[in-house]
Amino acid sequence: MGAKRRFKVWRGDETGGDLKDYEVEVNEGEVVLDVIHRLQATQTPDLACRWNCKAGKCGSCSMEINGTPRLGCMTRMSTFTEDETVTVTPLRTFPVIRDLVTDVSFNYEKARQTPAFAPPVGVPPGQYRMQQVDVERSQEFRKCIECFLCQNTCHVVRDHEENKRAFAGPRYFIRAAELDMHPLDAKEDRKEYAQASMGMGYCNITKCCTEVCPEHIKITDNAIIPMKERVVDRRYDPLVWLGRKIFRRDQLDGAGQAAGTPSLVGARTEGSEVEQHHGLNWHREIPPPQAAPVDETGRLPISEITADRAGGPSPFGDDQTFPLPPEGLNYAHPERD
Amino acid sequence: MTTRIERHHYDVVVIGAGGAGLRAAIESRLAGKKTAIISKSLFGKAHTVMAEGGAAAAMGNVNSRDNWMVHYRDTMRGGKFLNNFRMAELHAKEAPDRIWELETYGALFDRTKDGKISQRNFGGHEYPRLAHVGDRTGLELIRTLQQKIVSLQQEDKAETGSYDSRIRVFAETTITELLLDGDRVAGAFGYYRETGEFVLFEAPAIVLATGGVGRSYKVTSNSWEYTGDGHALALRAGATLINMEFLQFHPTGMVWPPSVKGILVTESVRGDGGVLKNSEGKRFMFNYVPDVFRKQYAETEEEGDRWYTDPDNNRRPPELLPRDEVARAINNEVKEGRGSPAGGVFLDVSSRLPAEVIIKKLPSMHHQFKELAGVDITKEPMEVGPTCHYVMGGVEVDPDTAAAAGTVQGLFAAGEVSGGMHGSNRLGGNSLSDLLVFGKRAGEHAATYTDALPTRPRVAQSDLDTAVETALAPLQRDGGENPYTLQQDLQAVMGDLVGIIRRKGELEESLVRLAELRERVGKVSAAGGRRYNPGWHLALDLRNMLVVSECTAKAALEREESRGGHTREDFPSMRPEWRQVNLVCSLDGDKVQLEHKPLPKMRPELIQLFDRTELSKYLTDEELAEFDALAEEAAK
Repeated sequence: MGAKRRFKVWRGDETGGDLKDYEVEVNEGEVVLDVIHRLQATQTPDLACRWNCKAGKCGSCSMEINGTPRLGCMTRMSTFTEDETVTVTPLRTFPVIRDLVTDVSFNYEKARQTPAFAPPVGVPPGQYRMQQVDVERSQEFRKCIECFLCQNTCHVVRDHEENKRAFAGPRYFIRAAELDMHPLDAKEDRKEYAQASMGMGYCNITKCCTEVCPEHIKITDNAIIPMKERVVDRRYDPLVWLGRKIFRRDQLDGAGQAAGTPSLVGARTEGSEVEQHHGLNWHREIPPPQAAPVDETGRLPISEITADRAGGPSPFGDDQTFPLPPEGLNYAHPERD
Repeated sequence: MTTRIERHHYDVVVIGAGGAGLRAAIESRLAGKKTAIISKSLFGKAHTVMAEGGAAAAMGNVNSRDNWMVHYRDTMRGGKFLNNFRMAELHAKEAPDRIWELETYGALFDRTKDGKISQRNFGGHEYPRLAHVGDRTGLELIRTLQQKIVSLQQEDKAETGSYDSRIRVFAETTITELLLDGDRVAGAFGYYRETGEFVLFEAPAIVLATGGVGRSYKVTSNSWEYTGDGHALALRAGATLINMEFLQFHPTGMVWPPSVKGILVTESVRGDGGVLKNSEGKRFMFNYVPDVFRKQYAETEEEGDRWYTDPDNNRRPPELLPRDEVARAINNEVKEGRGSPAGGVFLDVSSRLPAEVIIKKLPSMHHQFKELAGVDITKEPMEVGPTCHYVMGGVEVDPDTAAAAGTVQGLFAAGEVSGGMHGSNRLGGNSLSDLLVFGKRAGEHAATYTDALPTRPRVAQSDLDTAVETALAPLQRDGGENPYTLQQDLQAVMGDLVGIIRRKGELEESLVRLAELRERVGKVSAAGGRRYNPGWHLALDLRNMLVVSECTAKAALEREESRGGHTREDFPSMRPEWRQVNLVCSLDGDKVQLEHKPLPKMRPELIQLFDRTELSKYLTDEELAEFDALAEEAAK
């Protein structure tokens, strides 16, 4: 029989909630996830919590324990003192669904926006030849278990909801780095793309992501810094530099990736400058018009039943989310002037 | 009462987002079918990530003598000749193509010196055969397939403007019922975990790829999702299950600390020099070498120790006996009171190898014990014991098309949920290649099946109403039992009475206890609401776990021999006449029916890949006579 220990667990949903106190038995050798399971089995069967493998391999049980982003299955109770109250809260960067479960769909959106592996043209399956030393660099990043602790801890999006649209986060920087270092990937502009369209410029290498990575991937040192360095190499063009000195930043919208960068459809400017635009922004990106999804006959689906998703197609296109980002709007709020 | 039900229309619905499910979905989408993937967890969290060793495929990169026929032979031997021969044949032939294909999706396997995919040795495989990435091959496989699906979605986005137009993942969604139109599959009904809202997928073809049943056991390496959903859905839809008595118990799972009970300790620990000791410090495995293996295993510790450096002139130590033998030995030591404090035995590598060698050869085990257990394996022994690992049994399928047998049409199954491929015992490394080979086949044939259909089957409103009612019942019932208590009781029955070593009396008792549990599960109640309520979810899973457990217990009682993953203390040897029998489970109302079915017979050119002395251990006299006649004819 183990001793009783004190826990505070956040209970609630998107409408709000608070920390609830529990006294629960803890046995030798247990981890925080075991205690959550005991709470479910003995005191509160509807306590919501994600988990799968219990061995630090699937990255499901991400939570914040005494304020630190951690995997519940990898946090041993022996790391706390007997009289310490352990506080367990959901990941702060993502919207709460219920209790310890958060809506992590942000990450899956960003995954979709990251261009996939481009197989080398003309190399048939079975004929791929690569050296071990060359694959090892990418293999480090493929250890990622997608626990999203790095995404959660990154201060660019933690408490900065407004940066989420333009910023892909450390998980997807290592994905970009992995593909950039893949010996046979046919896409050439991974670095430029990461800088221009994934918001890598927001990262100021504080290494918080590396610190929380349960797989000990050197996110900052081995992925982000090399990606940034080489982009800087190519961007360091004296004319651009002079231009930056002469013009004000808002007159130079987009100059950041002007020199030597292949043109990228839909490439964004660095969104951190958005705050500075009050009123009209003549350089704003206008979303391309989108056709509604039609069936084989070229007609719109008659009803929801035949459409490929519930609810009618949006006239603004399906990847538009509201409210629209401010840099896409010509509107100045009176209070701000 | 009216309940809102979200409706979706798809051509093919794949239930399960592990290796088999994702591979099936890719194939179905490539065949032009609108495909849905239903995942019980988040996308990419499947249990496939736990596979460490690798994926077996006879590519011959390390030893050029390897080919599909050698792989086929190894697979049949491993399964003690109870495998469906055609599945083993297709698997051995197609595995290399499936692995090479992964490279075109972006997978990065470890390499040989000349830049090809490296292959490693593994128990039961004659040549180095397992394509691998360190010891996280399963993760690589899932990530690769996941990213391939994303890349297909990106293509669809470019063409249609929507990522989800042709292939969509429904994460954290559980299917509770398959709906039929006559004998034809018409749809699948389930709920979103997040909201508790119901959802109906209308689709003429469904691929089951839901994995195994390990959650019915107390000590298991399986995650919470492994509740036999696919097995139970198939049964209720009129399909049949085979080989359900065969469960693989891995001999060395962690037993301490409790939080990691069941997690695997890889076989390589023993392969690299680790030895098993009891509480008296004795290497007990020398007492457990069965007669059939006597000649191949060392009789003294000295000889066993010499084998590691000189395998040609010495016999291997008995720690390297097949998994079932080691599991039984550990079980017996513990039962006779010579176990470790936590109820296992000691696996010691610290006194055998220098610390730096251990860290170099077993990095992830070193890491696993350090991080999870606070044990430094270079300084102290590990505590290990048997853990429920894999179910060989599953949905009876057509080997070529993966279509489920029984009365239902439009149902397909691939991966651990299907049965037959591995016979009575699975070789390490064969599951990852199994799910690629048969995942692809299932997706392909599900797509073809929908093409041949004259009209789309329709879901009957009354079936839908029943499904809703069943799903809501635990929430609406008051005063029933807590689902967690019921799960613990079920695990106790299965672990204690239908475990590694089985006896007639205990199996009979298990059936009585399971019948009582059935009554109690019928009255289970879940507190709380519909939003992300794990108690409710477990209450719904319980009925699947129960029916699958009944199949296992019944088949285990029926099969009066010991073979592979089924050990009967009262019938300790293998019996050739039982090799010809598949035990087939079906559902009549809510009663499990069991019948004997003959095993399909190997084609002449396949049986002739084996030599007579080997076959004589497995075949009946009549079968041997037939083999001799064949050999004679071939000699002419």
